[in-house]
Amino acid sequence: MPASGSFYLRTYMSAVTHLDVSAIRKDFPILAQEIHGKPLVYLDNAASSQKPKQVIDAITHFYLLDNANIHRGVHHLSERSTQAFEDARVKVQQFLNAADSREIIFVRGATEGINLVAQSYGRKHVGVGDEIIISALEHHSNIVPWQMLCEEKRAVLRVIPINDRGELELDAFERLLNPATTFVAVSHVSNALGTVNPVRELIELAHRRNVPVLIDGAQAVPHMKVDVRNLDCDFYVFSGHKMFGPTGIGVLYGKERFLEEMPPYQGGGEMIRTVTFDKTTYNSLPHKFEAGTPDIAGAIGLGAAIDYLDDVGMDVIAAHEHELLEYGIAALADIPRVRLIGTARQRASVLSFVLEGVHPHDVGTILDHEGVAVRTGHHCAQPVMDRFGIPATTRASLALYNTKEDIDALVAGIQKVQEVFSA
Amino acid sequence: MIKDLYQEVILDHSKRPRNFRTLEEANRSAEGYNPLCGDRCKIFLKEAGGVIDRLAFQGSGCAISTASASLMTEVLKGKTIAEAEDLSEKFNDLLTKDQALPDGLGELTVFSSVRNYPVRVKCATLPWNTLRAALRGSGQVVSGE
Repeated sequence: MPASGSFYLRTYMSAVTHLDVSAIRKDFPILAQEIHGKPLVYLDNAASSQKPKQVIDAITHFYLLDNANIHRGVHHLSERSTQAFEDARVKVQQFLNAADSREIIFVRGATEGINLVAQSYGRKHVGVGDEIIISALEHHSNIVPWQMLCEEKRAVLRVIPINDRGELELDAFERLLNPATTFVAVSHVSNALGTVNPVRELIELAHRRNVPVLIDGAQAVPHMKVDVRNLDCDFYVFSGHKMFGPTGIGVLYGKERFLEEMPPYQGGGEMIRTVTFDKTTYNSLPHKFEAGTPDIAGAIGLGAAIDYLDDVGMDVIAAHEHELLEYGIAALADIPRVRLIGTARQRASVLSFVLEGVHPHDVGTILDHEGVAVRTGHHCAQPVMDRFGIPATTRASLALYNTKEDIDALVAGIQKVQEVFSA
Repeated sequence: MIKDLYQEVILDHSKRPRNFRTLEEANRSAEGYNPLCGDRCKIFLKEAGGVIDRLAFQGSGCAISTASASLMTEVLKGKTIAEAEDLSEKFNDLLTKDQALPDGLGELTVFSSVRNYPVRVKCATLPWNTLRAALRGSGQVVSGE
């Protein structure tokens, strides 16, 4: 989008067509079922999204017709599967607006992408007394790999605090940056609260001190357009299964100049150029980081998920989800004894709440009986729960196929919980 | 039916847990923690001559785990350690085995529906696992199942 200001934004937004949710829902066969005799209302998308039949078909097609190992075979099937796999890489490149498909590394998921950067870039560049900055909103997957690195290198982990709304404190981040800062790793969107972090500002501040930044985009890519060159992030990771693709596949984007100088993460086939017992030379990007046979079908399924999102349009999806979120916030605010946790001004997809006098696990069990699937617990973000002084929340998280009726079912379910517990 | 799980007795004990306090005269205690859901349960007991004289608990958790702990402290008062171990085993069978209700569980049978909710079994067993740790002097127990 050109930087011609809000006038363009307004006209652009008004041109966005409305999402045809009933058509979308037909693409997701799993949604058309009953749970405990009630229509399934799937509101656990931040944990894992459902898959459209276009993705399921792409995987089935691959195994029915194209399956073979990639890159080395001279036979026709190997050529076809290599082509399909590399096509998927190009789709990811375009999806993220990366400069080159060699900057796209297939991994198992966001977690592996973060571990790769911590173990490869981190072990090379982080030393005694160096500092790594993360935020108080991180998922355990963007905490523990850095803790492990800090422990090994005797480096120090610093944490950007959050305010009572669940927003990062940018000025505190500025104060944390210092000559010892070696790396910054922050989530794009919080999985526990839905806060959309000001990652562009964070990246700019870090870059002023020549500190590279990794963005964990696991909760962002299903909901908003991501442009890694516009963000200017140095690394970006996400998982396929949270954006309507299969499990077991994810992506690490890295700027070429970083990936080029980083040592391999794992050794094995595919990542080598020549091997003798004296010395091995490594393959070029992206293969240097893809040891062993990858999840070929998974990558192809992820490519199909990207095609699906492109067809629907990320702007249309974002507008639909924003409307639903506003509707959900208002609906929950109307229920007595419900308290929303996380009230950031920029939010996506997540309604995290506590119900006075009822533990989230009891809420989750009773909602399940009403056909409503939510997540309860600490959402792999214990420091976030500690910050708000609660052990757990109930989290409803939205995706493009959710409707206002789904929110209404959630509200009715919460009323059912209150009815059971008022007995 | 969800009311089979959340029976009146369970709701009552979860809202008004009995013996929910520390016990200064305790000579055995243990702390149980379930890392999957964050439930915590601390058991204090005063044992004299092989008999459980007093029992109390502290902690935070869902209705099922709170009610389970509360009822446990009532049921076990005055029981011998051997009887407590026996009840603990029977209670575990009640929750995990697809069989006729074990005899002698008394009021604890209100938890019989928990077996239909496999992910909630660990909520009901946490206090009992913690009790066993206290009786056996192992102090800390981490329960994930």
